[in-house]
Amino acid sequence: MAEAAIRLEQAGYRRSALVEWLTTVDHKKIGILYYWTAIVYLLLAGFLALLMRIQLAQPNMHFLGPKTYNEVMTMHGTMMIFAVAMPLNAAFFNIAVPLMIGARDVAFPRLNAFSYWSFLFGSLLMWSSFLFGHAPDAGWFGYANLSSSRLYSAGPGLDFWDLGLQVLGISSIAGALNFFVTIVNMRAPGMSLMRMPVFVWMVLITAILILLAFPSLTVGLFMIMFDRYFNTNFFNPLHGGDPVIWQHLFWIFGHPEVYILVLPPMGIISEVLPTFSRKPLFGAPFVIFAGIAIAFLSFFVWAHHMFTVGLGPVPNALFAASTMLIGIPTGVKVFNWLATMWGGSLDFKTAMKFASAAVWMLMIGGITGVMHATVPLDYQQQDSYFIVAHFHYVIFGVIVMGLLAGTYYWFPKMYGRLLDERLGSWHFWLTFIGTNLTFFPMHFVGLDGMPRRYFTYAAETGWGSWNLVITIGAFILGLSQTLLLVNVVKTLRQPAAASADPWDGRTLEWTIPSPPPAYNFAVIPTVRGRDAYWIEKYGDGHHTPAATDTMQRREVHQPRHDNPGHSLLPPGVHLPKPSWWPLIVSAGLTAMAAGMIMHGTETLGPLGFPIVGLGVFVVFFGLLGWHFEPAIEHEEAHVSQ
Amino acid sequence: MKSRRRWVAILSLVGLTWLSSGCGVIGGKIASTSDAAGDQARHIWDLFLVPVWWLSVAVFILVTGWLLLNIVLFRRKPGDTRIPPQVHGHPRLEIVWTLIPAIILALIAIPSTRLIFQLNRDPGPDSNALQVQVIGHQWWWEFRYPEFGIVTAGDLHLVVDRPVVLTITSHDVIHSFWPPRLAGKVDAVPGRHNTMVFTPEETGVFYGQCAELCGAQHAHMQFRVVVQTQQEFDAWVQKHRQPAPDPTPGTLAATGKELFAGTAGCAGCHSVNPTYDPSTPINKTLMVGPNLAYFAERHTLAAFLPNTAENLHQWIANTEQVKPYSIMAEKWWKIRAQQNQLLTEEQVNAIVEYLWSLK
Repeated sequence: MAEAAIRLEQAGYRRSALVEWLTTVDHKKIGILYYWTAIVYLLLAGFLALLMRIQLAQPNMHFLGPKTYNEVMTMHGTMMIFAVAMPLNAAFFNIAVPLMIGARDVAFPRLNAFSYWSFLFGSLLMWSSFLFGHAPDAGWFGYANLSSSRLYSAGPGLDFWDLGLQVLGISSIAGALNFFVTIVNMRAPGMSLMRMPVFVWMVLITAILILLAFPSLTVGLFMIMFDRYFNTNFFNPLHGGDPVIWQHLFWIFGHPEVYILVLPPMGIISEVLPTFSRKPLFGAPFVIFAGIAIAFLSFFVWAHHMFTVGLGPVPNALFAASTMLIGIPTGVKVFNWLATMWGGSLDFKTAMKFASAAVWMLMIGGITGVMHATVPLDYQQQDSYFIVAHFHYVIFGVIVMGLLAGTYYWFPKMYGRLLDERLGSWHFWLTFIGTNLTFFPMHFVGLDGMPRRYFTYAAETGWGSWNLVITIGAFILGLSQTLLLVNVVKTLRQPAAASADPWDGRTLEWTIPSPPPAYNFAVIPTVRGRDAYWIEKYGDGHHTPAATDTMQRREVHQPRHDNPGHSLLPPGVHLPKPSWWPLIVSAGLTAMAAGMIMHGTETLGPLGFPIVGLGVFVVFFGLLGWHFEPAIEHEEAHVSQ
Repeated sequence: MKSRRRWVAILSLVGLTWLSSGCGVIGGKIASTSDAAGDQARHIWDLFLVPVWWLSVAVFILVTGWLLLNIVLFRRKPGDTRIPPQVHGHPRLEIVWTLIPAIILALIAIPSTRLIFQLNRDPGPDSNALQVQVIGHQWWWEFRYPEFGIVTAGDLHLVVDRPVVLTITSHDVIHSFWPPRLAGKVDAVPGRHNTMVFTPEETGVFYGQCAELCGAQHAHMQFRVVVQTQQEFDAWVQKHRQPAPDPTPGTLAATGKELFAGTAGCAGCHSVNPTYDPSTPINKTLMVGPNLAYFAERHTLAAFLPNTAENLHQWIANTEQVKPYSIMAEKWWKIRAQQNQLLTEEQVNAIVEYLWSLK
């Protein structure tokens, strides 16, 4: 840590730690901010899940009332999707992507900071709804007209949801643009698209998905906002509106969203399995094109969330067929991962354990997914616990486990230390057992007719015994996540002794020190193939190892610049300058949302529009300041004294 | 070698526990989709078992088996620094396992598509199908029989082995109509009229519920489907062509009737007359609250409690505690509580007595 501080100080950042973090535009720091914010939210939203599990442990419990239950259920889902899974993905975009493509930062460092701050403020705005006693309560997909009419959802709960999601959507779109441009423009020389690591590929596809899918959600959120504030009746059937339109708008976003969430963890799995198998990813082009196919198809399957809405047999049959098509590229991925392990030298470090378990979980979530794609089966399974079981296998089993694999894998690039493997093993096994104990029995109660989103159930339904098992599983799962925190605390108390390449890695991030210096690469490496670093270390049949090639040699072993009195930044390297403007613009944006929410309340109504105006003012002058601020420091600033 | 054997033991234990937990745990409950008592539920469960379930088991065994084999065969031994052959892929193999899921999915898609169209088929005019209108309300179900001009709530009466065409809609937010043992679910969408066709195949009382989040009391929006023989059903229709007889004057029930129609304010939202004008469009609300004709014969009250005198007493006396956020709690009980006009114990008893006389 000390070394890092000195390094930064010498690079010209002479600020207090707090100011340092508030104004940072360094992708590595923004990644860490994303990571810990999302982990805190994971624990909070997980805590909400445990509250629900207490309420459902037995029939007729009175732990949570009906409205509180709906609030807890809605916030659990909304937060897990938008404030945990997506930002955790974004954390790894930041931590890994520039390092993996040999870049010194992202394309738009200040926009990157803006993405983080608007995520933080937008999510805090939504969490704050609990403080005002009106959390959103219409489920994470907020079906109109329950959500769009103040008659059916009085109070500001749904306004927090609607406006909060708008802010989070802006954050996601900004982030997606940034990583799209970064990956397209900033790859090291020689890194053609087909030499790009599979994780980076998945991030690129995800960025495109976000850019295409979020506008649909935004339109829908605006329509709900207009219905709630200005009585526009988009979703009001009494005045010619149609609540089903919301479902179309939401799921045209919502299904690609599933792949927005799962493709990056699939990318992580595609990095971790080869590294710990000492083999290249089997059929990498197939895995990449499978990802592209999944992303493409994801825009043609949205109505499989709506088989019981009454679209008719022809649309149902067509959407069933398109949904089943997604099973093919997903199956390809699973088989290619298994073939990657086959014949390898498998080292079951914690990251590898999580990644292999995620493959298995994806198989189960995939099978049940095909079950509901089968329309007649969905007539029974829709909105039952069978669905809850399915998507938790995907979201917890694949996405969270994939991200946990990423945590153990890239922790040295975050903190220069390796997480403890013994604690990691405990963490993995308890998580694995807890996940299956929690989510597998949900299939049973689902087939036995238990609908989701019930705050209680009668004893005569016979759902009680499995629900007790589910609750026990949920507590094992929830409590075992504290092991990650214990592990992190224990690890951070030790010196930063991780080597540059602790796992015998295959990609460029392992060529530079752990943690990397502010500028990442002193010399931008030249890439000669996929698994760029592995080729330099061991050759691959076409290329000889770099030992004989002095140029390559120098790039693989980056100079550490520990020569005192020497400028830390290598010549010609420019680092983006820290900036307050991203934080200020995000704050203004969030003030606009908050003012709008106040406008909808009785007590604070008159304050609403003035605060919206203040927000507009801050955003406007914030953008102006942003525009006139030089993005890169002058060379002199880098010269240390 | 020792460690490998330990791994085999651990993993096969995990696998066995997981698999055996799936056997014999489904079914036998009031809402079990596996215990079909109607043709739609039966067709769906049959499709679930063959081919979907067995193909799923095959995929499960294939993938789990391969993964376990990988773990057992290729685990790195301590001190092993060997670099395995760098296999980059095998296009022919990859094409094979692109085709495997495609074939499996086709095997599922073909019977499934056939069933989609079969389940949506209108039985036609000469099928003697019963026509019923189903209307979702926050948080109870209304059933109208336009053929007979009869309206009821909470209990849907159907005839065994006779197809029924349900026209389903809602008068407020989206609900979903789901009698799991008889059929799948169809959403009740305000402004839309969905249909559901099925044939009950067993007589009895079947559990049903709302399956789409519709507000605070979503969990308390049950109904029952009473499947009867044609004779029983005809008798039921005959009885419901006129209201239940008035209670004998001077009894507690008669006092209850007076309260119901007068100071207690029940009649503002509830009717005890089972008939309605059959030309009323489905999207027109008859009364704010459920029709209470022949209430004593209903299986549930407040759309979730067993219909007992004790529960009914609780419901009228403590509406806010029994089902908070319901219209009756918000617009009747709470307002009377504010005005200090809650019914006395005797008044509640009288109304209970009256409603229980409706049979």
